[in-house]
Amino acid sequence: MARAPLIRLTQSGLYCEAGGFYIDPWRGVERAVITHAHSDHARRGSEAYLCAQSGVGVLRHRIGAGANIRGLPFGESFSMNGVNVSLHPAGHILGSAQVRVEHAGEVLVVSGDYKTTPDAACETFEPVPCHTFITESTFALPHYRWRPPEEVFGEIDAWWRANQRQGRTSVLFAYSLGKAQRVLAGVDASIGPIGVHGSVEPFLPLYRAEGIRLPDAVKVTPESLPDLKGRGLVVTPGSVQNTTWLQKLGPSSLAFASGWMAVRGARRRQALDRGFVLSDHADWAGLLDAIEATGAGRIGVTHGYSDTFVRYLREERALDAFVVPTRFSGEAATAKDEVEEGES
Amino acid sequence: MKAFCRLFSVLDESNRTNDKIAAMRDYFESTPAGAASWALFFLTGKRLPALVKSKALRGWAAQLSGLPDWLVDESYAQVGDLAETVALILPEPEDAPLVALPLDEFIRNHLLPLRDWDTPMQFPFVREAWAGLDQRGRFVYNKLITGAFRVGVSRRLVVRALAELASVEPAVMEHRLMGNWQPSPEAFARLLSEDEGEANPARPYPFYLASPLEGGAEALGDIADWQAEWKWDGIRAQLIRRSGLVILWSRGEDIVSERFPEITREAARLPEGAVLDGEILCWRDDAPLPFNVLQTRIGRKKLTPKILEEAPAVFLAYDCLEVEGQDIRDLPLSRRRELLELLLPEGYAVDADRAILLGERLQAESWSALAELRAQSRSRGVEGLMLKRLASPYQAGRVKGDWWKWKIDPFFIDAVMIYAQAGHGRRAGLHTDYTFAVWDGEDLVPIAKAYSGLTDEEIRRLDNWIKQHTRERHGPVRIVEPQQVFELHFEGLARSTRHRSGLAVRFPRIARWRTDKQPREADTLEGVQALLEQPQQ
Ligand SMILES: [Zn+2]
Ligand SMILES: [Zn+2]
Repeated sequence: MARAPLIRLTQSGLYCEAGGFYIDPWRGVERAVITHAHSDHARRGSEAYLCAQSGVGVLRHRIGAGANIRGLPFGESFSMNGVNVSLHPAGHILGSAQVRVEHAGEVLVVSGDYKTTPDAACETFEPVPCHTFITESTFALPHYRWRPPEEVFGEIDAWWRANQRQGRTSVLFAYSLGKAQRVLAGVDASIGPIGVHGSVEPFLPLYRAEGIRLPDAVKVTPESLPDLKGRGLVVTPGSVQNTTWLQKLGPSSLAFASGWMAVRGARRRQALDRGFVLSDHADWAGLLDAIEATGAGRIGVTHGYSDTFVRYLREERALDAFVVPTRFSGEAATAKDEVEEGES
Repeated sequence: MKAFCRLFSVLDESNRTNDKIAAMRDYFESTPAGAASWALFFLTGKRLPALVKSKALRGWAAQLSGLPDWLVDESYAQVGDLAETVALILPEPEDAPLVALPLDEFIRNHLLPLRDWDTPMQFPFVREAWAGLDQRGRFVYNKLITGAFRVGVSRRLVVRALAELASVEPAVMEHRLMGNWQPSPEAFARLLSEDEGEANPARPYPFYLASPLEGGAEALGDIADWQAEWKWDGIRAQLIRRSGLVILWSRGEDIVSERFPEITREAARLPEGAVLDGEILCWRDDAPLPFNVLQTRIGRKKLTPKILEEAPAVFLAYDCLEVEGQDIRDLPLSRRRELLELLLPEGYAVDADRAILLGERLQAESWSALAELRAQSRSRGVEGLMLKRLASPYQAGRVKGDWWKWKIDPFFIDAVMIYAQAGHGRRAGLHTDYTFAVWDGEDLVPIAKAYSGLTDEEIRRLDNWIKQHTRERHGPVRIVEPQQVFELHFEGLARSTRHRSGLAVRFPRIARWRTDKQPREADTLEGVQALLEQPQQ
């Protein structure tokens, strides 16, 4: 007997008809389950939101104080019209969740964005057994392979120290939500003062409130500027490139922390001094490990190199893989584009 | 190998001149001469021939990484660079003992032996090298064995770093580096503390390069202080007659003596200890032949009597750098010119048997009279004028102020883009190599390939358009819908039987993206042919 699919794609995004809710809808709906607070997943205008308990603060900051948001602790389940919904850590940013949907013995998991490498600023990814796994594919090509984060932070620290010796400010471009906090939690704060852009700063107390330990970091202002100039580390979104805001930091070394920096051409196209390969998405091996750990036989692929990845999963892994179209396409490839294209 | 890879990374990533120079100086100071000599070899743009075929490299990488070929190709398409793709997808090594080898030893043991084997037998060597290198080491290695190693540093900066280290002027270091410099510990040590007595008789002087003159010549002051010559469209070259030898160097620092036997034969009659600066041209009946004729002399493996007959070459001398074994580069041009005329007493009257000619010095009373001469450039087959200050010494490299090239305005046409291909290096992954066509009736005939002239922003926009308007793909080449019109400029135009259009263009570049034009408004082949007859304005 053919059953209606548990989740299907509609004009507004992924929809669970039996449960009467959407996952990361693209426009306002009645009930929205949100994987995480990045703007390509969390849109304003829905009547009721459900997200992970630890993500409520950042989600509220993103979609407005008046929004009706309910937080659900990881692992606890919640029933909507007889459909069991539970949230499980995705390891992408603070409070990022995989959405597990169970109905009539069928289990489906929507990964949202995720990574399998450790991150001191958020919960660790947990594989969830399921029949169908809808995975992202931002970096689903074999040349994307992340080094252990402590190695990357070692490189960042060394770069910061070298800049200090030459009297240059270290400017590190990173998404204001997620990557910026991960960087703060990962660098050696004893090297010097740390400054953050105004779009990064509001998230710091929200992270600290969830027990994430972050070093002291000041907002870049005319008052804090003299202390940062020439010796500080400034964490800011890349949208400040070629602005007077950036010029005020004095002689600087510019770097971008992103998975795209794994490719030399991407690094060289932007006028950057350094590119640090640090991503909040899974790399090739991370994606394959995650898929295998779910034990799922049906794999939906979205958000990235979907076609290529589907072909690989079908031909080389004998999985029933299919493309789930999306309106968004992963992490912005240049530091400058990130705001226009939305974070991921 | 490790220090060299680290140096490569700094040079590749840094945008700052001073950081690059400091990194090179530190490297050369702290590295044994054998390794340093190889590093210098590569930094100055010299390359080993390709030892391994790219296709083989891709296949081996797929095999070792357990990935299907098509997926490796997908990665390659994204990365835009095969050596890099391979380095990124190979399985992580356990440890990387080969990284610790000095560069010269690494090259001797792991690169040069590849020359002796055919492709299947090369695999064990390559596999062993990969197994012993980290990711960065593999990238550098892949670049070296495919003959594609390039470093983000100009020769000028390398020379500056070495000059600082040796405490000599950059021009002196440039001179020490000239010629067919080969890596060895001795050669490197000699660079840093040269005993002048040991100088190699074949070594050329650094070329003095002119800068383009923007605006009018009046700004140069009194015309009486200047020497004017035609600007020839040939191969800049230096003719050396020393120690009983004749050596002809091209500006690219290749010895081209054997390519031009008529020139070297005649040069043997020059007095011992003479060095001339000039231009190699193909020449007939008192006039130069187009550059594509000269190309037939360079491209061929063997010179046949037919080619020698169809493309007779001459060396047109316009400066003299050494007389009777003395370096006279510090003398003013006016004096050097006198000495040159003494060396070539027959002047520039051409007769059929002469292959070394004296470059003509143009006579004009005023800048406006000279501008009239310049207007004849196109009909004379030259690119414009050279203006050289009579008081100027012969300097090294592109030093502004005393030598100017006053070129005629380029040709320009509107053409339609028909093919696109991805670039390499900085623009890897973006389509930056374009082929343009003009109308021949209802057909578009390719007329030129051009790489440069667009801004980074335009390149990105065009790249996007190309990806969405590809009709067909043939390997790396995309056939695109013929919709985009570009204004192309080029320096020269000649008839050619080797091109479908029957025309060969020289130095084409993109001047403007004509988004305001429809493809039908692009030029016709007839129109371009008509430019051949057009006098220069
Ligand atoms: Zn995200
Ligand atoms: Zn996303």
